[in-house]
Amino acid sequence: MDAIAQFISRAILQGTPLLYGATGEIITEKSGNLNLGIPGIMYIGAISGVIGGFFYQNGADRVEPFLAVLIPLLCCMFGSIVTSLLYCFLTITLKANQNVTGLAITTFGVGFGNFFGGSLIKILKSDVPYLSLVKIAQAYKTPIFPFAEDMSSIGKMFFSYGFMVYFAVIIAVVSGFVLKKTKAGLHLRAVGENPATADAAGINVTLYKYLATTVGGMIAGLGGLFYIMDYSNGIWSNNGFGDRGWLAIAIVIFSIWKPSMSILSSYLFGALYILFNYINVPMTYIPLIQMLPYAVTIIVLIATSVRKKRENQPPASLGLSYFREER
Amino acid sequence: MNALELKNVTKRFGEVVANKNINLSVQSGEILAILGENGSGKTTLMNMIAGIYYPDEGEIFVNGKPVTISSPKDAFNLKIGMIHQHFKLVDIFTATENIVLGIQEKQKFNLKDAEKRVAEISKKYGFDIDPKKKIYEMSVSEKQTVEIVKVLYRGADILILDEPTAVLTPQETEKLFKVIKTMKEDGKSIIIITHKMHEVLSVSDRVAILRRGEYIDTVVTAETNEAELTEMMVGKKISLNINRSEPENSVDRLIIDNLNLTNTEGIKILDSISFTAKSGEILGIAGIAGSGQKELLECIAGLIKTTDGKICYIDPADDKEINLKEKTPVQIRELGVRLSFVPEDRLGMGLVGNMDIIDNMLLRSYKKGHSFFLDKKPPKQLADTIINDLEVVTPGPTTPVRRLSGGNVQKVLVGREIAASPTVLMAAYPVRGLDINSSYTIYNLLNQQKENGVAVIFVGEDLDVLLELCDRILVISSGSVSGIVDGRTATKEEVGLLMTKAKGVKENEEK
Repeated sequence: MDAIAQFISRAILQGTPLLYGATGEIITEKSGNLNLGIPGIMYIGAISGVIGGFFYQNGADRVEPFLAVLIPLLCCMFGSIVTSLLYCFLTITLKANQNVTGLAITTFGVGFGNFFGGSLIKILKSDVPYLSLVKIAQAYKTPIFPFAEDMSSIGKMFFSYGFMVYFAVIIAVVSGFVLKKTKAGLHLRAVGENPATADAAGINVTLYKYLATTVGGMIAGLGGLFYIMDYSNGIWSNNGFGDRGWLAIAIVIFSIWKPSMSILSSYLFGALYILFNYINVPMTYIPLIQMLPYAVTIIVLIATSVRKKRENQPPASLGLSYFREER
Repeated sequence: MNALELKNVTKRFGEVVANKNINLSVQSGEILAILGENGSGKTTLMNMIAGIYYPDEGEIFVNGKPVTISSPKDAFNLKIGMIHQHFKLVDIFTATENIVLGIQEKQKFNLKDAEKRVAEISKKYGFDIDPKKKIYEMSVSEKQTVEIVKVLYRGADILILDEPTAVLTPQETEKLFKVIKTMKEDGKSIIIITHKMHEVLSVSDRVAILRRGEYIDTVVTAETNEAELTEMMVGKKISLNINRSEPENSVDRLIIDNLNLTNTEGIKILDSISFTAKSGEILGIAGIAGSGQKELLECIAGLIKTTDGKICYIDPADDKEINLKEKTPVQIRELGVRLSFVPEDRLGMGLVGNMDIIDNMLLRSYKKGHSFFLDKKPPKQLADTIINDLEVVTPGPTTPVRRLSGGNVQKVLVGREIAASPTVLMAAYPVRGLDINSSYTIYNLLNQQKENGVAVIFVGEDLDVLLELCDRILVISSGSVSGIVDGRTATKEEVGLLMTKAKGVKENEEK
């Protein structure tokens, strides 16, 4: 029992960055923007937070937990918002191809992260190829429910995490509510489904696309920050974030564009991601196990495409630029 | 007082004048029909009232006050609502969600209340609509109802319907007219765009006629008749001096018999079409846009499958009948049928815009030869020939066709199709968007083909051209043949009347 609870809590920690990424991408895709730059934005969010944390930890005499959380958080949000705005400007204002732009931003973001990560390591003149922000990480990892210490392993499975784990769930639930129940959500979905109709109904298509993409990118960026500050105990190493950004995009498909679904899917993907540590398989087969999340996504894609239920399809104008003047 | 009035409204798109000095007015509790051929500027005019376009000159008055309508939002605020020909609805939303979309209300967003209001409006005007039904589950008629309720929900007093009956069955049309009349009794002003004569006569109070972007007149429906309206709509015949030779050795080449086609909505696109195309003759096809011309040609070319009727080609070599029905374009070619098709959508269906002239020539001959590599010599020669013979203005044969002007694109396409030395040549709107010189080049090419014994089928929109170019003119209306006339003796009014004649009406007259 303990082992299972422990496995689940590792899966939740592993799934949380994915959840941030997936929620962000769902909000973005609902506006009709297929932002394949999300993996890059998560990298940039992470390194921006790391830069902020690095200078605070090395500059301040005493690390205040509140500032230790706030400074990286704001830096992370700034970095991911600026990158998302770049994507918006290229695809919405200049109407560049979304796929090409997104892939370029991902390539750029990974390089950006590794460049500044490497630079910070150089500043430290460190012998090891990584950077450690232990004091900052401590502030992030502090469980927000102090009583969890005394609980059984089952209780710990629910209550032992830092605030960002719960924050991810709240964001996903709130996004689901906003999309489904509010006027803004209705308008946003209309923009992603049929921008010409939204435009004719007097909805500001450009504004909605910009807002959704920027807010979505910001949320995704938090996933990168969580990965470094909480999951990795404040340790940045180049390329450490790996392919989690792409997994987040896979989760969007797996959750059939529903934020509420993305919570469980993220934890499931997190579990599949670390499964090889908990079952007895030869080393050579580990990549096969790690492949599982992607295989499952393909199966879901096939299933939803075959069933053709209209509600489960991607937003109808996903990936397309909107030209108003076209007759 | 007039609910809506236009004074000297003019709209240009670049060089083209879409509307010139239009004067119109509509009162409360009145139905005004706007009648005009394709391209007469009806939709452009209505789009200006709905705020989609902005007029270059002239004034618009609503309830006697001058207004500026620069966006659909302005139109909403002035209580003007337009029901577009192509519905602006989100497929996966319910009727109510679509209806409330974009409404800026101060009160709390509540779909339940909105559903109630939708039900109330439906009851008041006699609509048959389920507020919770998803759009993708609806028929065309239901979708249109949603569009109308959407406009009424916003409190519109002036409703513009752009060809509302084009997509409806006769029963649905009747239902729509009933609703329109109820709205009229409620004091709404209704403007309805149409080119179906019997609808104009049965539903409207007054008719405004447009021709080639110009305002002709407004007449009271009760004081006019079909013949008078047609004459105002098509206007006097203009002489174009297109050469026309007498057909020689005309024999049957293509026989279409009782061809039917139904779309996924269950509406008849083609309704028992029968005709014969003869060699050495140009057969014109006239009709209001969207009457089934495109589908007819695509059926013959093998792009749309039909199960009903007969499409038969008579081989000039041995006079044998070859059945073309349910054959793909490749199969048709393999049967030795030399059928060329110049589609309406030149850069969509005819040519690949980003490829150069040589590569576009290859598109018709890529299956030739057995080599792994492409043989570019023949297409290069063909491209050079076309550029020289048809005077295509281009920097060279390796320029992407997308960068050529409309006329030159068409020359490349027609040139390629003619080079296949066809026995049947079908051309859909081959001079659309072309300047006068290019148009005459195309007419001459078609005439040459005719003199070479090709059976030419020419789908056109300009009646003057059809009457001077074609030997016979087949007129289709709502997917069925309303008449075949002699191109030399027919008058413009005669063709115009046939174009606007609906099948149901014809049958009534026969009874």
